[in-house]
Amino acid sequence: MTATREGASFASGTETDPAMAPHGMTLTLRIWRQKSPSDKGRMVTYQVEDISPDMSFLEMLDVLNEKLILAGDDPVVFDHDCREGICGSCGLMINGTAHGRGTSGGPTTTCQLHMRKFKDGDSIDIEPWRATAFPVIKDLSVDRSALDRIIQSGGYISAPTGTAPEAHSILVPKKDSDAAFDAATCIGCGACVAACPNASSMLFTAAKVSHLGLFPQGQPERNERVVNMLAQQDLEGFGGCTNIGECSAACPKGISMENISRLNHDLLGALRAGARPKS
Amino acid sequence: MAKTNSVAKKAVVAVTGIIMVLYLIAHMIGNLKVFAGRESFNGYSEWIRTIGEPAVPAQTTLTIIRIVLLTVVIAHAWAVISLWRQAKRARPHGYVTKKAVAQSYASRTMRWGGVIVGLFIIYHILDLTMGVANPEGPNGTPYDRLIAGFSNPLITAVYVLALVLLGMHLRHGIWSATQTLGQSNKRRERTVNLFALVFSVVLIGGFLIVPFSVLFGLVG
Repeated sequence: MTATREGASFASGTETDPAMAPHGMTLTLRIWRQKSPSDKGRMVTYQVEDISPDMSFLEMLDVLNEKLILAGDDPVVFDHDCREGICGSCGLMINGTAHGRGTSGGPTTTCQLHMRKFKDGDSIDIEPWRATAFPVIKDLSVDRSALDRIIQSGGYISAPTGTAPEAHSILVPKKDSDAAFDAATCIGCGACVAACPNASSMLFTAAKVSHLGLFPQGQPERNERVVNMLAQQDLEGFGGCTNIGECSAACPKGISMENISRLNHDLLGALRAGARPKS
Repeated sequence: MAKTNSVAKKAVVAVTGIIMVLYLIAHMIGNLKVFAGRESFNGYSEWIRTIGEPAVPAQTTLTIIRIVLLTVVIAHAWAVISLWRQAKRARPHGYVTKKAVAQSYASRTMRWGGVIVGLFIIYHILDLTMGVANPEGPNGTPYDRLIAGFSNPLITAVYVLALVLLGMHLRHGIWSATQTLGQSNKRRERTVNLFALVFSVVLIGGFLIVPFSVLFGLVG
């Protein structure tokens, strides 16, 4: 989980090459440290030096972790995988915004946030996603399996799909396929929950409901899907949506609020049609 | 599985909100009778109390309106408080540092703003409907109470503050209700938000023109 990656050696590159004077940034990090799910946890201050503006935010944390490991300390645990902005593993609250959206200037994942967005001498607060449904495992790593359980409750189609069909055998209007694709770009990182003042996963659930509900293949289970996924969302302890829009602003994929309206529309229709959550 | 459904509660908030907005439109237009003079305003007040007479006893229509509004207010508050509690349970451990990226002031003040507007409505009924909190007292005519109240800059200030809060509540509320009832999409989003803003400004402007006219001596 923690970072020991080739990229981390960038930091000490300047030390091994005396021709290059240290020119990187010095940053003060205040990081949430929590030994275990039951530990109370606290913010701890660290200093990192010689951070290159070309590093990603996670590489900057790799530098810190190498330093901590060399000093015999426990490295900071954070989630990450592809570091290409497509897997949805990483996710940190950076200076009070999900994925550092307040600093990035555009939609981003934490791994695609680069240190050039910060200035020498900056102080950066780093916290885990905060929600009852996302319990902290350790430090900055949270358990997001609640999102998986929402998918399991209805985010699928049960029709046998076989191999890829001939594209023209089932016609889908371009408008619908575009909207479905936009919704399908959700990577399930949980930034919407982290940014939401109500800790609601509405944008996530709405993206999944929209993605499947716009296709002919998604129609047979459309009513049960929305009812069951929302029931599971409530059961997991997420808050309710109040249409504030922080989720969509924080979303690395820019998933729009219209998906939430579509979910609400589907839900009210499903309830009128008599669909009820399976018990 | 889950006994509650947060979206069903939101639909209750949206529908009750729409009913209250419809009432507010009628209320605002009725208030403008003050510009037609004392007789017209008092006559309007009397008319509301006698609609349907003699087919139905006096106050029947008004009582029905009051029962509907009270039910609607209670349902609105119940659903909202329930969702508020759910949101608190959903994040008991807040962030050390949290910054807003997109939220409007109106959306951030929905809950406490709603509580303040609710308290204001109680005061407003004691003041102008029942007269017990009015400088003129309960025995004057509705027109007298209106003039007596709004001649006092402090009372006018309370009304202005509450109405501005109500305007913000409606601005976010109208957009939010459109979303909750599933009637919004990317194409409509701008229009809905623009409509919510213009509607709130016109409605609240229509309400505010009365106390200001009294305060500056244009009426009374």
